[in-house]
Amino acid sequence: MRLILTLIFLTLISVVMVVTVIEMPTFGNPDNPTNNEVPQKYIEDAVEDTGALNVISSIIMDYRAFDTLGEATVLFVAIAAALSCLKAHS
Amino acid sequence: MEDIIIRMISRISVPFIMVFGFYIILHGHLTPGGSFSGGAVLGSSMILFALAFDLEEGHKKLSHKTSTLIETGGASWFVLLGLVGIYAGTGFLANKTGGFPMGVPGELVSGGMIALITLGLGLKVASTVITLFYNLIEGDSHD
Repeated sequence: MRLILTLIFLTLISVVMVVTVIEMPTFGNPDNPTNNEVPQKYIEDAVEDTGALNVISSIIMDYRAFDTLGEATVLFVAIAAALSCLKAHS
Repeated sequence: MEDIIIRMISRISVPFIMVFGFYIILHGHLTPGGSFSGGAVLGSSMILFALAFDLEEGHKKLSHKTSTLIETGGASWFVLLGLVGIYAGTGFLANKTGGFPMGVPGELVSGGMIALITLGLGLKVASTVITLFYNLIEGDSHD
């Protein structure tokens, strides 16, 4: 009974996933919805806006600096949690 | 571990690995790489040192206190640099409008806040890797 239920749920999930993949736009097509004006603005204006040649660095440290601050906080909280678990018994 | 070959090789190669890690961190706004990859290289150089020699030698080079100071200092340095933008009258973490000097793109001193943030965050990532390794490997022997 349990096996049949599991199989039914797995089939449903896989059907949904396959349908989603079929509906996805083709890779590398210039008309894809991700090729809008946002990456165009980064490529054209990043050097002038931030003064950094590495566009990825200018995105994660300038345009999305608040997100990187969150990443640093995640690292800090992770190391604090690991240390408090490891040192709990001493 | 008492192996003369591993000790000599790591004694020679650890400074070069550290220089390479600092190169990746300091050139984060010019070349591929940045704080996270450079910090991982720096941290793994200290892990190699502690594995080739023993943990006590590693503690002499970088104690728990220094590592904790770098860890908290890196995060606070990030927030302090963000507050400069508020002091200048624009938003949090503003770079060009926050009054940081831009310089000529392509030179080492350019990009304003980006290089400073990369330096602080790289040291923080390195100390995170080192702290996690030391605490996992030494167990309950140290406080």
